Amino acid sequence: MLTKRVIACLDMDGGRVVKGVRFKNLRDAGDPAECASAQCRNGADEIVLLDITATSGHRGTLLDAVRSTARSLFVPFTVGGGIRQLEDAAAVFDAGADKIAINSAAVHDPSLIGKIAGRFGSQAVVVAIDARKAERGFEVFVAGGRVPTGRDAIQWAREAADHGAGEILLTSMDRDGTKSGFDCQLVRAVAEAVSIPVIASGGAGSARDFIEVFHEGYADAALAASIFHFGIENIAELKRELHEAGIPVRWPC
Amino acid sequence: MIAIVDYGAGNLNSVKKAFDYLGAKVVVTDRPATIAGADKIVFPGVGHFSSLQALEPTGLREALLQGASSGKPFLGICVGMQWLFEGSEESPDVAGAGIFPGKCQRFPSSVKSPHVGWNSLAIQADSRLLRGIAQESYVYYTHSFHAPLVTSMSAATDYGLWFAGAVEQGNIFGVQFHPEKSGDVGLSILKNFCEV
Repeated sequence: MLTKRVIACLDMDGGRVVKGVRFKNLRDAGDPAECASAQCRNGADEIVLLDITATSGHRGTLLDAVRSTARSLFVPFTVGGGIRQLEDAAAVFDAGADKIAINSAAVHDPSLIGKIAGRFGSQAVVVAIDARKAERGFEVFVAGGRVPTGRDAIQWAREAADHGAGEILLTSMDRDGTKSGFDCQLVRAVAEAVSIPVIASGGAGSARDFIEVFHEGYADAALAASIFHFGIENIAELKRELHEAGIPVRWPC
Repeated sequence: MIAIVDYGAGNLNSVKKAFDYLGAKVVVTDRPATIAGADKIVFPGVGHFSSLQALEPTGLREALLQGASSGKPFLGICVGMQWLFEGSEESPDVAGAGIFPGKCQRFPSSVKSPHVGWNSLAIQADSRLLRGIAQESYVYYTHSFHAPLVTSMSAATDYGLWFAGAVEQGNIFGVQFHPEKSGDVGLSILKNFCEV
């Protein structure tokens, strides 16, 4: 039986894993390669590495981090942040990523999705969507959540899938960093709208939140960062609780 | 020496990295002569079945067919396993190797496609490739088309229907999942291949 995935996200700034609340008050959480290995030993089904500064001056740092992290990682490894064109994606794959995540660049030029998928396969292209509840529905934001686009998140997810995205990484900006639970309404709306897998992100605080987003949000996978970094929630323990709640997970792993 | 066949589709780094980690001597190659001189052949595939068209003009198809029939250990991964069958609905004009019978088909509309994530193996028989792998072990899949159930199947997986997760006939092995992305279970499978 296909299991629900628990994905550990590492936010990286200047070559180090950091964690803050809504990108503020950043605290050092360690070396990316060490963090990734530790999360895998704990049972993470995948690793996502996001370069949160992602300016062109940092590309070398990102690629070094991808290389060292990929070296001893044998679960799927996604890298995002600052990928604006096919060449950026190619460099990240070359450094050892299995999938890339694109956000703003895909909104600006949806054909980028197809270009990357055409060369590396749809399974390698994750379209990340940052969404916030609007008066009607959910609105897409870009540039790290700073710039509203006026676009509807559900419609954009459909369009991204049509362009060849392999998965949607869906972050609720309202819940991100709050530990108040995933936005199941948002996740479910997108999961029902597309046939590709949806990874829920933003708001994870407890095992109950994961159970809820799998049961009620129809998520295929759920991602969290902060609750794993500082040992608030151990992935092995989380998966045991999910297993006991009847959610199919890779456990023991 | 193990030849990892590069036919220009997708990213072979992960497969190479896993063999490197196991201490195997590997070379990524697009040259038929290198394949002919290798002790073992790994044929990884990603993306669309139609990308296998590229095998014909480059002489790689012939080299792969010869390699597979020579008795050398041969491992097809993902689309590389699908190629071992007669063909795929994904691209009906492109011929597979026809070593295993039947064609690969799309998943039924009752399940999400692609099939992405960790799913379990129902291990069918004495398999050399899956030696020591526990029943119901989880492996990582990502694909939209699946191979049919065949008699020379070493493992099956359930996703809306049962399909061949791994096949084995003599020294020819195929896995639909990605052993290079399947944690310790996957590394054990690749190690078994190295030791065949």
